[in-house]
Amino acid sequence: MSDTVISIENLSKSYQLGAIGTGTFYGDVKRWWAKLRGKPDPYQKIGEKDHGNRDGEIVWALRDINFAVQRGEAIGIIGRNGAGKSTLLKILSRVTAPTSGVVKAKGRIASLLEVGTGFHSELTGRENIFLNGAIMGMSRAEVRRKLDEIVAFSGVDRYIDTPVKRYSSGMYVRLAFAVAAHLEPEILVVDEVLAVGDAEFQKKCLGKMSEVASGGRTVLFVSHNMTAVSALCDRALLLDRGQAVSQGEVEAILATYFQMALQIEPQMRWNENQAPTNGIVRFLGIRAHDSQNETKSAFDIRHPIGIELEYEVLQPDVWFTPSIILKDMNNVVIFNSPADAHPNWENAKIARGVYRSTCWIPGNLLVEGTYSIRVVFWGFSRLSQKGIAMDDAISLNVFDSLEGDSVRGKITGTFSGVVRPKLDWNSELVKPA
Amino acid sequence: MIIRPRRAWWDLRLGELWQYRDLVMLFVWRDFVAYYKQTILGPLWYLIQPILTTVVFTVIFGNIAQLSTDGLPPFLFYLAGNTVWNYFAACLTSTSTTFTSNAAILGKVYFPRLTIPVSIVLSNIISFGIRLGVFLGFLIYFIVIGVEIRPNWWIASLPLLLLIMAGLGLGTGIIVSSLTTKYRDLQQLIGFGVQLLMYATPVIYPISSLQGNWQWLVIANPMTAVVEVFRLAFLGVSGLSPLYLFYSLGFMAIILLIGVLIFNRVEATFMDTV
Repeated sequence: MSDTVISIENLSKSYQLGAIGTGTFYGDVKRWWAKLRGKPDPYQKIGEKDHGNRDGEIVWALRDINFAVQRGEAIGIIGRNGAGKSTLLKILSRVTAPTSGVVKAKGRIASLLEVGTGFHSELTGRENIFLNGAIMGMSRAEVRRKLDEIVAFSGVDRYIDTPVKRYSSGMYVRLAFAVAAHLEPEILVVDEVLAVGDAEFQKKCLGKMSEVASGGRTVLFVSHNMTAVSALCDRALLLDRGQAVSQGEVEAILATYFQMALQIEPQMRWNENQAPTNGIVRFLGIRAHDSQNETKSAFDIRHPIGIELEYEVLQPDVWFTPSIILKDMNNVVIFNSPADAHPNWENAKIARGVYRSTCWIPGNLLVEGTYSIRVVFWGFSRLSQKGIAMDDAISLNVFDSLEGDSVRGKITGTFSGVVRPKLDWNSELVKPA
Repeated sequence: MIIRPRRAWWDLRLGELWQYRDLVMLFVWRDFVAYYKQTILGPLWYLIQPILTTVVFTVIFGNIAQLSTDGLPPFLFYLAGNTVWNYFAACLTSTSTTFTSNAAILGKVYFPRLTIPVSIVLSNIISFGIRLGVFLGFLIYFIVIGVEIRPNWWIASLPLLLLIMAGLGLGTGIIVSSLTTKYRDLQQLIGFGVQLLMYATPVIYPISSLQGNWQWLVIANPMTAVVEVFRLAFLGVSGLSPLYLFYSLGFMAIILLIGVLIFNRVEATFMDTV
């Protein structure tokens, strides 16, 4: 393959856990002197075994990554926190060297791990454009040629001769991204810089990046914004704990990512003596499942989600209802849904035994994101009895596979709303032209 | 381009430094401009500092301690020593924090790391130039009022003196900065280390006033010849053969080479330890 622009071969990077050395020269000398006399390490903690490996434990931030990128491709690098995304970017942008393995790249790599690197607050916008450009590897002549374009793109032309310390943070970021966007490298490596700036500016950035990609150059994009990744990238690399879990078409990789999504536990069960109880009801378990009754953590936005509760009624002649409360990641309650609002609850009765209640959340109701579920058993007719409440019993993820028939259709940007129901619309032509 | 765990130790990539010369010049200019922005006196600070130090030296070492100045006016004698010493000291102290004080920017983007210390050494030439101007002003004043001072052709060696000082400051500075990525102790050391080194250099005393035991130590100091030749050139008096300059030159070359080699070794992974 002659058109491979980046080839990553067996790339690994390790870090030492804990302090590197003792932190002071004197400490290291003391340690070395003790070792020389066969004495134990004076800095070793009491009770800690000497493994003979004084360098401390080693953690692999990246382990045997193999990956190839073709010219003109836009690659998304995704993974949870600590998966090794940033380490990979740091190696690609030559901020740090790998422990083993090789990266071969054709052409200039420009990295945007941060916008505004090296901006000096005392210098004016114009001066900083030159400085920042030079740091990124542009010659002064190159910057001068593109100066007007950069200033226009940033939209801060009125303030271009003002020191950047007087800029609002938005202006600062816009100016910084404008410089970076005009680098014209063969390979552009972008970290989550798009998380900054307003919606309009983000759109501009995404547009600029896809322009770079379609212009025959290569983009590597690391982001938690899956919508942006799927909009911009053709292929993706999924990292987990330093290893490449899978790579391929972006849609497939995104689905895998959501399956193993952020610490999501779609199921919870207790054994009999540990189950939460108030003496009347014993809460045995809860799980999220799809319409095929398969327990799942990630749900397609278009499909219904079943929340199944299992509980045992220990005493006869009481009435209560289980209820699920769905909260989003900001702890905002989306809804509170009781199983049964009894019109005559003071006199209602429920027989003893084990029950299973399932609540169905319809498809095309929630927005994408991670939710947690709070379970409450309440309404006990003996008022002295307390209810049972279980916060964050389970959590689940809702994703949009962007096949076009969800509410957002083919729109990949921010789509507002706390819920996203698919509503009926009637349209008729009332006055033909 | 190939990214490997470790480059060969002789692969210094100095060509890359040349490619980034625009960046070096911008750093120089940034350091100079940022130094006096939002100050009332602006570039005047470059003048006030050496004059005040010299006045203090004149009072303490000249008037109170009554150290010999080889028959030169004490003020001029100390100003000469100060002017040269300051350049070396500034180069050394500010390059010695290359990695630690620039960690934020170095952690985000690649450019040849040597651009930073090199630009520091160059931007210090500007302040040296201003101080030299101050010195020359006083020199002319003293000559005009009739003090017998004979500047001579050794003045032509000034670029060589600058080169030696820049190389020594840069070499030592980047060795220290490479080691401070692991050991912060050295950062503490460098402050008073420079101070101590000044007393081992004939800045506040002439070499002729040293007899016997300690003279060899002062002569072994590569800065001694630089300071002495500077005084010889502008004030016409020196107690040391100018040939010692070759010793300083050789010393500088070795320190600089060691410095660049260590720096080159450390720069690849310093972000992991800094």
